Amino acid sequence: MDQIILQILNGLDKGSAYALIALGLTLIFGTLGVVNFAHGALFMLGAFCTVTLSRILSLSHTVIDESRKDFLGNPLKVEVPYVYDWFGESTGAAIIDWSVPLSILFAIPIMIAIGVAMERGLIKHFYKRPHADQILVTFGLAIVLQEIVKYYFGANQIPAPAPEAFVGSFDFGALIGFDAGAIIYPYWRIVYFCFAMILVGAVFAFLQFTTFGMVVRAGMADRETVQLLGINIDRRFTLIFGIAAAVAGLAGVMYTPINSPNYHMGMDFLVISFVVVVVGGMGSLPGAVLAGFVLGILESFASMRQVIEFLPGINQVVIYLAAIVILLTRPRGLMGRKGVMED
Amino acid sequence: MLGLNKPDTRLLLIVIALVAAAPILLNPFPEGSGLAQFNAGYPDLMQRFVIFGIFAIGFNILFGLTGYLSFGHAAFLGAGSYAGMWMMKLLSINVIPAIIFSTVIAGVISLLIGFISLRRSGIYFSILTLAFAQMAFSLAASVLTPITGGETGLQTNLNDPRIFPEFLGGGASIDGNIPKPSLFGIEMTASYQLPLAGWEFTFNWGYYICGIVMILAFYMAIRIFRSPFGLMLKAVKSNQQRMNYTGLNAKPYMLACFVISGMYAGLAGGLMAAMDPQVGAERMQWTASGEVVLMTILGGVGTLIGPVLGAGLIKYFENIFSKINDNLLHQWFAFLPDGIEDFLVTIIHPFIGKGWHLTLGLMFMAVIIFLPGGLVEGGKRIGRLVRKSKDTAPDGKTNPAE
Repeated sequence: MDQIILQILNGLDKGSAYALIALGLTLIFGTLGVVNFAHGALFMLGAFCTVTLSRILSLSHTVIDESRKDFLGNPLKVEVPYVYDWFGESTGAAIIDWSVPLSILFAIPIMIAIGVAMERGLIKHFYKRPHADQILVTFGLAIVLQEIVKYYFGANQIPAPAPEAFVGSFDFGALIGFDAGAIIYPYWRIVYFCFAMILVGAVFAFLQFTTFGMVVRAGMADRETVQLLGINIDRRFTLIFGIAAAVAGLAGVMYTPINSPNYHMGMDFLVISFVVVVVGGMGSLPGAVLAGFVLGILESFASMRQVIEFLPGINQVVIYLAAIVILLTRPRGLMGRKGVMED
Repeated sequence: MLGLNKPDTRLLLIVIALVAAAPILLNPFPEGSGLAQFNAGYPDLMQRFVIFGIFAIGFNILFGLTGYLSFGHAAFLGAGSYAGMWMMKLLSINVIPAIIFSTVIAGVISLLIGFISLRRSGIYFSILTLAFAQMAFSLAASVLTPITGGETGLQTNLNDPRIFPEFLGGGASIDGNIPKPSLFGIEMTASYQLPLAGWEFTFNWGYYICGIVMILAFYMAIRIFRSPFGLMLKAVKSNQQRMNYTGLNAKPYMLACFVISGMYAGLAGGLMAAMDPQVGAERMQWTASGEVVLMTILGGVGTLIGPVLGAGLIKYFENIFSKINDNLLHQWFAFLPDGIEDFLVTIIHPFIGKGWHLTLGLMFMAVIIFLPGGLVEGGKRIGRLVRKSKDTAPDGKTNPAE
């Protein structure tokens, strides 16, 4: 029993990442009808927003500290980050410590700008082209983005630690009556899961309860009629692309403490998130979120020792197997709508 | 000739001539000159040109004719490589059984995958093939380690149990070295060097074997493109529904096409194992599948010669562009004033050496955006421009396909 709960918890954080990326992909697909292979690259760019911000924050200058001496007896030179000068030492240290959550504020405008620029600059010209062309051009764009990041940040993983307060694990088992230490779960993963839930909730609330969201939903259902009503739907869809990019980016920002970012992390997630989208049902937002969590949990169950002993290698392939079974038995995916991408 | 019409015969002859003369044509710069690093006429690279040419021709039979975009073709290439490798380990070091077996194995695997994947079309087909290929890759790297060698890969060993060591002149390990893949006793690495007034041409046995296989594969592709079967596949691309209403079932045609395409990939994989007896799982990764898509698109989808051109171009860039470094750039721009020289080198720096993938990505995007027909389309456009300016210009020889 404790094993099962532990695996469900383990699946939640990966599932959150899948769900967020798949949500963005579905938003883009549902509004613009574009299959965006560069979405993994947006996730990666988000993660590198964190890296950039933590580098900016730790920019420092050298100060000669007269009170301490090095081994030659000269005054010690100390590197002091600028934030210490501006906010005082304790606040400055806290800011650097909290650089990952702070990156959320930093990443939102950047990711929206990147998304809007991508849509206006490139993808706009591909609405009338076949899906294969859209896949290919965004695939090319993903390679380019990835290589640019590699050029500036190098090919190695760059660690970005979580704030001190969230380091360590939470004894989940003790809370619900199991032995102490039976179910322990890192704090940051709890944070990631809650963050993902809030983000998903925010996107749904935005689409459901604002006038803007209502128009976008109307546009998804019937673009031409909305245009005939005199609404500039293209501009709204562009913003939706920006929001989708921001969702992917934020998923990347918060994922950095779980997995240190490197330039090809996007590609690794992209393949799986496409599987997630297809399993959830092309064009269905709740489906994408549901499938993200289902597949994440499925993956963590498959990596249990007992399961691997029984079926070796299953942890590597379970997601793809699930996708194949779902596609062949429920062609529209878990919650797919009728008439989307059917040919 | 050989059941081909006149333009196709001419195209085939041009390809044969190019393959035969490649060691000379790809070595246009004398040894030791500043441009010698642009020479592509060394065996290793030329072998890769033709092997990836075969791979891309096969991919184009599927994607170019039917429009089904498979993102999992590398799985067949990898399976073919492993199969060929096992033949060389178990049967004989001779490459012929290896190549045949790898083609057959890839055919069987593509039959299985195709049977399932082809039940869906469009993006779903792409995802299904991608899922299968990723499964194959993960399994090859982990659970199937006894068969695939896992992360370290598979290679020929001294104590491999070859049942027919002397079969068709397969060299046994007489001198205690690991035997090299060979054909009728001649090793794949055997070459003939021809020094000629500053140039040095290398005629490699392995390359010519690959070249002959590629010519055969190319001929097969022409026949498929021009056959009634090819016409059916084109019908699938243009309007599958109408085809169904006419009373034709597209399924068997699609499956046959997928298997043929997979066998081409397996053939390429077998040759790859024969040329370089070292196979790793990374050959099956989905980026490798992406690469063959890039090649086909870059050259020209649905054209006969396009995929071969694309494969050559990408492999050339991969090898040559990644060799250029800053010192070389400084040499080239030495005639410019210092400031401009440094500026140009700084600008170009991200695109060369390790950054050649960036160049590739940009080039690929540019082709998709501006030239959806690839290099062949570009050749046609240039041909048309030339013809417009000079009415008597000869019929564009560079773009006979389609």
